Formats: sequence, C-alpha cells, structure tokens
Amino acid sequence: MKQVFMGTVCLAALGLSGSVQAAGAGQAGNAFNPSIGLILNGTYAKFSQDPAGYAITGFPLGGESDPGTAGFSLGESELSITANIDPNWYGAFTLAMGSEDVAVENAYVQTTSLGHGLTVRGGRFFSGIGYLNEQHAHAWDFTDTALAYRALLGTQYGDDGVQLRWVAPVDLFTEVGAEWLRGDAFPAGGSANEGRGAWSGFVHFGGDVGSSSSWRAGLSYLSAKAEARITGDGDSFTGTSKVIVADVVWKWAPNGNAYNRNFKFQAEYLHSKNEGDFTPEGGSLTAYSAKPSGWYAQAVYQFMPRWRVGLRHDQLKADSPGPAFTNTVLDSQGHSPKRNSVMIDYSNSEYSRFRLQFNRDQSLPEADNQWFLQYIMSLGAHGAHIF
Amino acid sequence: MKTIGKVIAVLLIAMPLTALVIKPASAGVDVFACEPEWGALAKTLGGDLVSVYTATTAYQDPHQIQARPSLIAKLRRADLLVCTGSQLEIGWLPVLLRQAGNRRVQPGQPGNFAATEYVTMLDKPVSVDRAQGDVHPGGNPHIQTDPRNMALVAKALADRLAQIDPPHAVDYAARYKDFDAQWQTALVRWEQQAAPLRGVKVVVHHKAWSYLFAWLGIESVASLEAKPGVPPSAGHLSEVVAQLRNQPAKMVIRAAYQDGRPDEWLAEHVPIRVVVLPFTVGGSDAAADLFGLYDDTITNLLEGAK
Repeated sequence: MKQVFMGTVCLAALGLSGSVQAAGAGQAGNAFNPSIGLILNGTYAKFSQDPAGYAITGFPLGGESDPGTAGFSLGESELSITANIDPNWYGAFTLAMGSEDVAVENAYVQTTSLGHGLTVRGGRFFSGIGYLNEQHAHAWDFTDTALAYRALLGTQYGDDGVQLRWVAPVDLFTEVGAEWLRGDAFPAGGSANEGRGAWSGFVHFGGDVGSSSSWRAGLSYLSAKAEARITGDGDSFTGTSKVIVADVVWKWAPNGNAYNRNFKFQAEYLHSKNEGDFTPEGGSLTAYSAKPSGWYAQAVYQFMPRWRVGLRHDQLKADSPGPAFTNTVLDSQGHSPKRNSVMIDYSNSEYSRFRLQFNRDQSLPEADNQWFLQYIMSLGAHGAHIF
Repeated sequence: MKTIGKVIAVLLIAMPLTALVIKPASAGVDVFACEPEWGALAKTLGGDLVSVYTATTAYQDPHQIQARPSLIAKLRRADLLVCTGSQLEIGWLPVLLRQAGNRRVQPGQPGNFAATEYVTMLDKPVSVDRAQGDVHPGGNPHIQTDPRNMALVAKALADRLAQIDPPHAVDYAARYKDFDAQWQTALVRWEQQAAPLRGVKVVVHHKAWSYLFAWLGIESVASLEAKPGVPPSAGHLSEVVAQLRNQPAKMVIRAAYQDGRPDEWLAEHVPIRVVVLPFTVGGSDAAADLFGLYDDTITNLLEGAK
C-alpha cells in the first residue's frame, strides 16, 4: 500500500509541474503532460513439471523467482510516466501490474544539470550493478531472466536509495557509480542499519570497434545486509550477502546499421559470499557461510528485418555449506543447476513483438521442458532503450 | 572476496582522480553532430575553431541508432549538440542526454541545437496514431534533402556558434557569409540542372524525400513501406506493382543506408530504374561534402529520369 501511495505522490508531483508551466505559457492545459507509455505483455506457457514446485537446488529464492504460470496468463504490464520536471530535474515512474499485485518498480528523480559528468538519482530504481539488472522485463531478449539473477539477485535487484554516477571526460567510455540503499529487497532484507542496509559500487567501460561493433564491460559490487530475511516457506537468514558481477556485452551490425541484420552477445558472471546465521524452515539457527556463483552467456541474431533468434546457456554452482544443512533449501545434493534456452521472435514494428521460447531447465535434478509464447506491445510514448 | 571488494573500492576512488589528471584534448568548441550533414555544416562554419564528432554515418538509419557507450563518452565533453530534432533521434538521444551528465547540451541550453526549429516543416500530421506507422508529430524530419533548408540552418548555426564562443563571433559571421554566397550560386545551378525533373513520377522506399520533391517538383506516387518505418512486405509490394502497371513511374528511390532488395524485386516486375541517393554527406563517393551531396543527388536523379 505504501508503494502505491508513494507512486500517487510522484504522479501528482509530475502532473502539477506540467500544469503550472502550461498555464504560464498560455497553452493548452495538457501541452506539458509527461510522456506516458504502457507495455502490455502476456504469455502462454507449458511446463513438463508443475511450476508451483519450482526451486533451484541449493538456493533460497527471493523476489519473484518463479518461472511463470502454466497456460494463458497476463504478464506484468508496465505503466511508465516520465518527464523533465524543471531545468534541473527529470522524473520517472514505472508501475508494474501483474494480475494479482501492483508494485512500484521505479519512482525516482534525477539531476540533469549538475554537469561535469555527474548525475544523482534518488527514489526507487533498479540498481546499476551488472548489465541485465537495469533493463526492464520488456527489453529482455528472452521471456525470463538469467538463472544467476534469479538465484543471487532475486530476479532483479531494485531498492530505495540514492545513486551517484560519474562519466569521465575521456574518449573511452568510463563510468563509475555508487549507490546507498535501503536494503529491503533480496539479497538484502529487513532494511538493516535503520534503512541503510545495502551499498554498491560499479565501473563501466565501453567503446566502438570500427563502425560495425560496440561493446561495454563492467564490474560491480553489492554489499547487502539481511535481517531476518524470509525466503521460500519460512527460511530465515541474518547476515551479509556480498555479490560481485562481471559483465560484458558486444553488439555488431554491418556498418552499424542494425535495421537488416544485427548480432548481440552478452555474458555475466555472478559470485556471492553469504555469511551469517541461517534458520531453515522448522529447523534451528545455525552459523552459515557459503560462496554460491553462477554465469550465463547468450547470443541473439537478427537475420532479416523483423526476425531474431537467440540461444542462452545458464549455469549455477551452489556451494554446500556443510552437513548441518542436509535436507534444507541450502543442500545442493551434488546437483549443478543449469538451463539451455532457444527463442525466436518477430516484431511487426518496433512497438510489437511475438516470441516463442523453449527452455530445458535443470534448476532441479529432474529436467523441466518449458515452452513460452509471449507478446510484448508498447503503447504511447516509448522511452529510448539503454545500450 | 574481500580483496575483490577492496580492488573495486580502490578503482571507484582512483579512477575519477586519474581521469581528472588526463587533460581533455580538444581544440576550440567541441561539436557533437547527430547526423553527417550537420557535422559537415559545423565543420564548414567553424573551420579550425571547432572540433566535430559525427555520431552516425550515411550507412546508418538515423531513426535506429544504439545509445552506445562511445556516444555517451563523446557527448560528455561536447560544448554544442547539433541534431535534426523533430523526434528523429527520439530512440537514442534522450538516453545519451540523461547519461552523459553534461549540462551544456541539455534542451533549453545554448549548446542544444535542433535544425528543424529553423525551417518550415512538411508532412505535419493533423492527428497522430501509431496505426499510421512511425510518424513524427512535429513533421517530416528529413529536412536536409532540400538545400534551401541548409541555407536557413547555416545562418542559425553560425549565430549559435557565435553565442557559444563569443571571442570568435566575427570569424563565424565571416565564414557564414562566405558559405552563403557559394551556396546561393550553387542553388541557382542546381535548380537549372534539375529543371527536367519537374513532374517526374517516382516511387520511394521510405517517406524521406518530401523536402527534395517539394523543391524540385518531383511527384511521389507510392512508397515501398506501407506505413513509415514498417519494413516492406510481400503483400504491399504486390499492390505497388499493380498500381505501377496502370500508372508507371520512372524510378524507385532509396537512401544509401536502406536495404536494396525490395527495390530490386520491384525492378524485376515493372519497368522502373533503381536510384540510390546519398541522403547525407558520405552516402556516396561523390557526396564527400555538402556541395557534392546535392551535385550527386541531382546527377543520379537526372540519370534515373532519362
């Protein structure tokens, strides 16, 4: 409820700034309305295993970590409202609406006029760590996110806080950033340190190779405190979770003209270190230390206008924390979760896309064959995508 | 793990300091041009007083550019952003502006120059609906296909350079005067050369030539894209063929960056010439500068109309 309330305040603030300016300019009252965009998203999914029993062996899962709903289902619709607030501020708001829940995904303001390569953002936002973390679900190249994100970052780490970014005045794209966050979302939990439970830092580099290729590489670090963080059916963790993410993305198009053909490769490695006390559901508090990790690599190729195909491989390594946790959610049972995915999608225009995807998902020892047929449609203003 | 954490912490602190030591290597006004024609114009009007970076080439579709890291790095240091505007760059420029942390080039600042603000826009839709395809509410943004627009933009850009770099205001004014004199002479020549093109019927690939056609009196009878920005489909191409059998056209025109296959297919089914125009500076060997751009455009059109 609090989330919805915050959103309303933000909406009201944006609407107000628009109408005040419009009145001053003597124009129609809606001339300064913010950009409004809506993403409609729906899926038909088929699983060979019951998705209600989904888990990743050896990993406690936070956030929205299920693989989806069998049959026809409405995915998350995203309503986004963005505008320059005044010469110094830009505001963005994204509401994610599932069939049963509504969540404020983004509600932040950020500076536009600090100069010197500096940008400060405050509010709720997806952390700048990693590559995939900042991308909204509609911009993903597959229906679902990487397994390593699902297992180690609760699908996508978003939280309340402040972010500082600085772009260096050099030709090689060099950006450093730091965030100070509430610590309310997995892998953090319980808003430790009076609501300052997590911080992160990241470095990005990037550039072009000739006129056909461009790349970005990054290294990120997230330090998250968990206080009585509940996952699954009642597993509780108190301690720290530190995550390192190394990411690289490479894009190619003949002469840099992506219209006919283009290729995109991305890979990320996530390494986590968890230390503290773990209380498995129905069990007792036990000291816990483990270093789970995971990686994925994916390639997407547009072979002609409108049509793209993609391949992805996911792999996880649960670090068994010892015999004290046998038969709990942390017990890896000697299994290395992995998943292979293949997808093909068709875009009638840049505003509509249909996708067919198949996963052979071995998150659990017994493989699950997953089929997804998805549509993603964009109505109204559609903000430019980040690289 | 702790070591990696420390390494990142050190990087976070050390990198800004290192970058501060590296002195930005720029001579005069740093110009970030969104498209090659504006890069060429800025170079012509600024000469040695400006250092121009052009974000796209003639072989790229200016609607569909990735917000690449290299572009953020370049925009970070720019004193002046010169773009077409009218939402041509809406798919990538807003992201660059938000990420570069450069106050000088934000909308409303003197360092933000949109060429379409200085010309009369064509194809301004009365209402906009995406069912019409990728329409631009402010009008057709491809203004550079009419050289008379280039003269108007040149005046505005020279004034803007003078505003940003007042010590050299006299130099920009002089360079503009020089350019304009040559341009007016060239305009007379182009209009004489292009006289036979008046009333010639053509098919376009994308609705990118409204200004050129308005200038030279060329008549566009069909478009290979059923709606702007929607790739040509087999169904729509068959309709165009049927139309052209009744109502022939001389040539089918596309820009250097566009896929030639639909045009070639069309030429196999109806008697029509395929003409590739440079569209912007660098779109052909002959279009090496602004003068060459229109020389080559008219030469190709005359060839196609024979």
